[in-house]
Amino acid sequence: MLRKFSIIAAVAGLLVATAAPALAAGHPEEPKKVDWSFNGPFGKFDQAQLQRGYKVYREVCSACHAASLLSFRNLGDKNGPFYDAKYPNSNNNPYVKAIAAEYQVSSIDEETGDTVQRPATSADRFPSPFPNEYAARASNGGALPPDLSVLAKAREGGPDYIYSLLTGYHEAPAGLTIDPTKHYNPYFPGDLSSAWSGDPKHVPHGGVIGMPPPLADDRVTYDDGTKATLDQEAKDVSAFLMWAAEPKMIERKEMGFSVLIYLLLMSGLLYASYRTVWRNESH
Amino acid sequence: MSGHPSTYEPKTAFTRWLDSRLPIVRLGYDSFVDYPTPRNLNYWWTFGAILSLCLGVQIATGVVLAMHYTANAGLAFNSVEHIMRDVQYGWLIRYIHANGASMFFIAVYIHMFRGLYYGSYKAPREILWILGCVIYLLMMATAFMGYVLPWGQMSFHGAVVITNLFGALPIVGQAITTWLWGGFAVDNPTLNRFFSLHYLLPFMIAGVVILHIWALHVAGQNNPTGVEPKSKADTVPFTPYATIKDGFAVSVFLILFAIFVFYMPNALGHADNYIPADPLVTPAHIVPEWYFLPFYAILRAVPDKLMGVLAMFGAIACLFALPWLDTSKVRSMRYRPTAKLYFLIFVVACCILGLCGAKLPDDPVIPGLKTFTLIDSDLNSFVWLSRIAALYYFGFFLVILPILGLVEKTLPVPDSIAKPALSHPAHAPAEATASPETKG
Repeated sequence: MLRKFSIIAAVAGLLVATAAPALAAGHPEEPKKVDWSFNGPFGKFDQAQLQRGYKVYREVCSACHAASLLSFRNLGDKNGPFYDAKYPNSNNNPYVKAIAAEYQVSSIDEETGDTVQRPATSADRFPSPFPNEYAARASNGGALPPDLSVLAKAREGGPDYIYSLLTGYHEAPAGLTIDPTKHYNPYFPGDLSSAWSGDPKHVPHGGVIGMPPPLADDRVTYDDGTKATLDQEAKDVSAFLMWAAEPKMIERKEMGFSVLIYLLLMSGLLYASYRTVWRNESH
Repeated sequence: MSGHPSTYEPKTAFTRWLDSRLPIVRLGYDSFVDYPTPRNLNYWWTFGAILSLCLGVQIATGVVLAMHYTANAGLAFNSVEHIMRDVQYGWLIRYIHANGASMFFIAVYIHMFRGLYYGSYKAPREILWILGCVIYLLMMATAFMGYVLPWGQMSFHGAVVITNLFGALPIVGQAITTWLWGGFAVDNPTLNRFFSLHYLLPFMIAGVVILHIWALHVAGQNNPTGVEPKSKADTVPFTPYATIKDGFAVSVFLILFAIFVFYMPNALGHADNYIPADPLVTPAHIVPEWYFLPFYAILRAVPDKLMGVLAMFGAIACLFALPWLDTSKVRSMRYRPTAKLYFLIFVVACCILGLCGAKLPDDPVIPGLKTFTLIDSDLNSFVWLSRIAALYYFGFFLVILPILGLVEKTLPVPDSIAKPALSHPAHAPAEATASPETKG
């Protein structure tokens, strides 16, 4: 019977292997593997890291990128950057309220019907930096900064990819002609063969990205005294974006552990029952 | 539905009263309690129960998801994220539903390979097999339309590619695609009808499943020997014997299911589907879900679009014709050593097709090796590998199975399930295979 189950497992494994999607032509560099605190079945978000990541997001990324699926209250949700057990309803979390109040959002005055500006509340969504896509493109040399809400799930490699991209900028290799307003990044998907004057068999990995290198040493000042190196900032903001994309990840893994224990016990009991029921029957 | 004399005896006044008006308890008793089951069924036979569970899980989670989902091109993507973020346990329900589709297909493929290996499609089970093929077709349609609903990049462009296949048909092609789209491109009307049909088809599947079980209970279950049960010694009552074994297998299957849902919920999906649909930006590679990859590979293996579409549908049509393509009198491949070998190659060919479907056609199979160009591509390319595998796929159904049944040398088939062939060394193969179809 064990043999049969190993066959089932092998078949399932093979099916999974065949499902692995193809890599792009022009193959970007494989993202660097980061040992995230949330990796593995028991991994958790590091709250201090999420707070630092939020700071990088707010002071750097949010100048151009929206994260329109997030509300301020999410920051105070369980496993979130500003979760406080004293405030199970994150709308009441004073830290979250204070963060929200730093923003002005447009609203309709119920007396006059005029559009007015008011301070955001914890129930409001993160305001977007541009009123529409055209404004965003106009301010960014024609490129559209993607919404960051689910970015960590919308890219192969997830947080590893974001970290690698942010730290991966370097001079374009000699022989590569690129638009001076654009930037070479070996981790960004693309096809550089038309811009490459060198050996056609050795087209450089990666692509050309509109975003200039957004992070540098001491781009932000961390409140917890952590040294704000480029590497640290990139790690923190990538972790923050992973949380933003999958805020229920820790809850999911914790529940999974209980479910698996339950299923293992149930399988054991069912197997014992099966042996008992069949004990006098040949088969 | 049980196909055997009823032994149900109502014990209380109420059940007697009910039994003479609507014998539904009798139906359940005869079908799932007293129903005689071959005693030698192995774990490959537990996938019927696993599939019933999959269907139930998909319908239950799907109904809840539909309560929170908005079928509108402008709102669908964010409504799915609303489910993931704001609905209580919405992430759990959605991940169960999304991974449940893959689990459903893993189980159905194992179920089909089992039927193929043990000859479960042969008389008197042709209708049973064809109903199964109908369920499989409905499953593919349902899964495809379900994948479109989140309205991500892969949803949208997958829908464009698949609906455009019908455009390859001569004369009527263009009219059919316009009709499918509800317009002149994949857009809001397409999303709305896909949602409507995605909700309808599972109930049609449930209906055909009832017919499938009915046909199963009329013909009786096949078993690993392929010999029909002849006496009571060959069978055991469905409950508790089969139910407990199915229960154990279902529980083990749920462990695999849970590992995906809780620890790798997006492993079987595609990252691009977390980017909202944009008709003006085509993803670098449009890849269908893994369970369609073998058919996608067959489609791309043929250089001509129309012929490719016909080959893809032909691959499924072969399954429908299978009961009449296999000429062997011996049902189970356990006693057909040559067929067993060809069957194993067939399984490998299907997996290779799946692999080819995920790769770029022109990419080399062995990296860095250049051979010579044949027709349109280097011989060392996935498109050529898929051509070889597709050729075997069709060859297996259209050449190997019809001819093999007439020429192969089979092993002696046991007299009955309870008395395996080994205890009757006197039986010559010819004698044993002469009447394996006798129904007990």
